[in-house]
Amino acid sequence: MEEYIPLLLTKYNYWVYITLMMIGLWAMIAKNNLVKKIVGMNIFQTAIILFYVSIGAKYGGTIPIIQHGPGHGHGAAQIKALAYINPLPHVLMLTAIVVSVATLGVALALVIKIHRRHRTLEEDEILEQLRES
Amino acid sequence: MIWQIDLAVLLLVVICAVGALAVKDLMGAAILFGAYSFLMCILWAVMGAVDVAFTEASVGAGVSTVFFVAAVFRTSRRTKD
Repeated sequence: MEEYIPLLLTKYNYWVYITLMMIGLWAMIAKNNLVKKIVGMNIFQTAIILFYVSIGAKYGGTIPIIQHGPGHGHGAAQIKALAYINPLPHVLMLTAIVVSVATLGVALALVIKIHRRHRTLEEDEILEQLRES
Repeated sequence: MIWQIDLAVLLLVVICAVGALAVKDLMGAAILFGAYSFLMCILWAVMGAVDVAFTEASVGAGVSTVFFVAAVFRTSRRTKD
């Protein structure tokens, strides 16, 4: 049991990621206002991006730009991959950020459409109007 | 990665997320969500993901906040929860 305690304490990024993910999921399910639901969806997405960036991060690593690489006139310098942060999750998450903004735009356009027809953003009032008609 | 800055910003991120969902005004929610996105940007700069950080600062925090403010202006600020 005791060997797990430092493991739990040093991986605090993952705990915050799980917390943010559950906050976003709760907002998507339990909130009544449609814009609040969209805010929850965005928090969920950034939580997943936080998870992926945390995978690549390391203590004592530098940013993934090669210093004194070959072809700079220093001879064939050895590249130590261990000293650099892993850039693969970063590149994947660049796509995820752009996709999240596109999702946000479509969702807000739908919200504006719904508000034009029903004059409200509350889910229960919209459902009541739909039931009456 | 400097863990003191990392931990402090993570705490602020969670506070901003809860605040954006708890405030009873949609404009306040939009502004708090913008603050949340900028804190996320700081977090990624701390973790060494500089390309993700500046994409988040321009696209996530800038454009998303403008979208939210525009949508709230075109609909209503009222919210029940």
